[in-house]
Amino acid sequence: MAKIKYIEHNGKEHVLEVPNGWSVMEGAVKNLVPGIDADCGGACACATCHVYVGEEWLSKLEPKSDMEQTMLDFASEVKENSRLSCQIKVSEALDGLVVRMPESQH
Amino acid sequence: MSDRIVIVGAGQAAAQAVQTLRAENVAAPITMIGDEAYLPYQRPPLSKKFLAGELEAERLLIRPVEFYKEAAVEIRLGQKVVALDRKAKAVRLGSGEVIPYGKLLLATGSRVRRLGGPNAELPGVFYLRDIADVDAIRPHFKPGARLTVIGGGYVGLEVAAVAAKSGLEVTVLEIADRVLARVASPEISSFFEAEHKKAGVAIRTRCGAVSIEGKGKLEAVRAGDDRINADLLIVGIGILPNMELAADAGLACDNGILVDENARTSDPDILAAGDCTTHPNPLMNRRLRLESVQNAIDQAKAAAHAMAGRPRPYAEVPWFWSDQYDLKLQSAGLSEPGDARVLRGEMSARKFAVFHLRDGVVVAVECVNAAPEYMIGRQLIAKKARIAPERLADVNTPMKALI
Ligand SMILES: Cc1cc2nc3c(=O)[nH]c(=O)nc-3n(C[C@H](O)[C@H](O)[C@H](O)COP(=O)(O)OP(=O)(O)OC[C@H]3O[C@@H](n4cnc5c(N)ncnc54)[C@H](O)[C@@H]3O)c2cc1C
Ligand code: FES
Repeated sequence: MAKIKYIEHNGKEHVLEVPNGWSVMEGAVKNLVPGIDADCGGACACATCHVYVGEEWLSKLEPKSDMEQTMLDFASEVKENSRLSCQIKVSEALDGLVVRMPESQH
Repeated sequence: MSDRIVIVGAGQAAAQAVQTLRAENVAAPITMIGDEAYLPYQRPPLSKKFLAGELEAERLLIRPVEFYKEAAVEIRLGQKVVALDRKAKAVRLGSGEVIPYGKLLLATGSRVRRLGGPNAELPGVFYLRDIADVDAIRPHFKPGARLTVIGGGYVGLEVAAVAAKSGLEVTVLEIADRVLARVASPEISSFFEAEHKKAGVAIRTRCGAVSIEGKGKLEAVRAGDDRINADLLIVGIGILPNMELAADAGLACDNGILVDENARTSDPDILAAGDCTTHPNPLMNRRLRLESVQNAIDQAKAAAHAMAGRPRPYAEVPWFWSDQYDLKLQSAGLSEPGDARVLRGEMSARKFAVFHLRDGVVVAVECVNAAPEYMIGRQLIAKKARIAPERLADVNTPMKALI
């Protein structure tokens, strides 16, 4: 279980307990946090689960797979700290993680 | 007169329609009726992680129950709509209950094509469309078990991949001269055939007529002159659109419920979205019946926008994915047999793409572990871009330089 803070584009914050083994995307979708579409349901095939990860967390997350990196390369409004939230697996180590949602997923 | 929006079917398209209707501030009451026991869930994992036992059913749900509560959706699960009365503007459930509608969305999906002939219903013969199917398969899905898969389409091959990894002894029977014959290029077919063989899966193309043998339960599958002993059989020979409700009510249907680019049927108060429809696709210049998450989502959005009175025609480049072993196949657009094909990358590197050109225009791309080709390819298709085949084939020209 990890406590994750999701911040909507408009600044609204949601702090949620997400079970280990789930993805950060699932934590949002299953708790009605708006701003993540996740059209492909986590298959790393749609890039509609894009989030910005708190800078201090970048080095602590498992690195991106090549597939995630390239899917992200072509998403909109991509920054240094962009990730596909379906590819971040939750564990105790992520307790306190902060992610921000982009303005739009398309 | 009711202003209620009634959604028949509770799957991928239904869930998206609810979401978009409320996001568009449509305030009408919504009732969603589904004949399965579950809230709308994702089917793709059924032949992938869910079959492999890596996901619980709860994680398949597209949205949690609270989502529908918050959206004030009245949910009827485990109930089938058996008749549509367009004059009275109402649907009838199996229980006899009648529910009136102002607008109706048919999101009935599709069902598996079944094998005919004797023994087709023997214990040990399975199909794969819903959670209940996987639950039925699971007790037989054990290391050492002999599995025959009929049908080398995406579902059949995904099942074969999971089964091989789980230690089953797998044979795939395909009537055509190659697997994925209906949905992929010969390059992709031969690549996946080779990958499956490496994993120990026996693939028999041109397998001939198939029949099932067994007394009281499945014992073997006969394909042409061969007899293959089997403990379980999974049949994946395609689907049929669930259009009978619409057809019986006199709506125009032809290999699916006919809809326009705004997901409207021939009745102005009835819309349809997902696997059950055929729609005109302006990018492809023809009618399509698609069986994909993308289509269900985008068409449901179009239906919701139309119901909100702010139509936003559906004109997406179709896209699809399939996961087998550590390979991710992603495709976009649709090809036709006469299209020119350009290979980019090396198949032996397990990272390549096949582009399809029609009169010099990029119309489709199939990618294996090649996300840049896929993401840029989608854009090239949408733009109807003309790219010289030599440039597409040249891996030293980055995809970004082509857009
Ligand atoms: C094993 C499998 C793997 C797949 N893999 C992929 C993949 O990797 N990528 C991809 O893009 N797509 C994949 N698909 C296809 C994708 O899941 C479908 O295209 C999508 O689910 C279609 O959504 P839908 O809403 O039209 O239909 P469905 O999700 O099938 O929902 C329709 C629902 O309506 C119900 N219903 C029908 N008639 C009635 C009635 N009269 N009354 C009440 N309820 C009714 C049905 O029982 C069903 O629950 C896969 C499908 C399967 C089966
Ligand atoms: S949910 Fe589709 S890529 Fe993350």
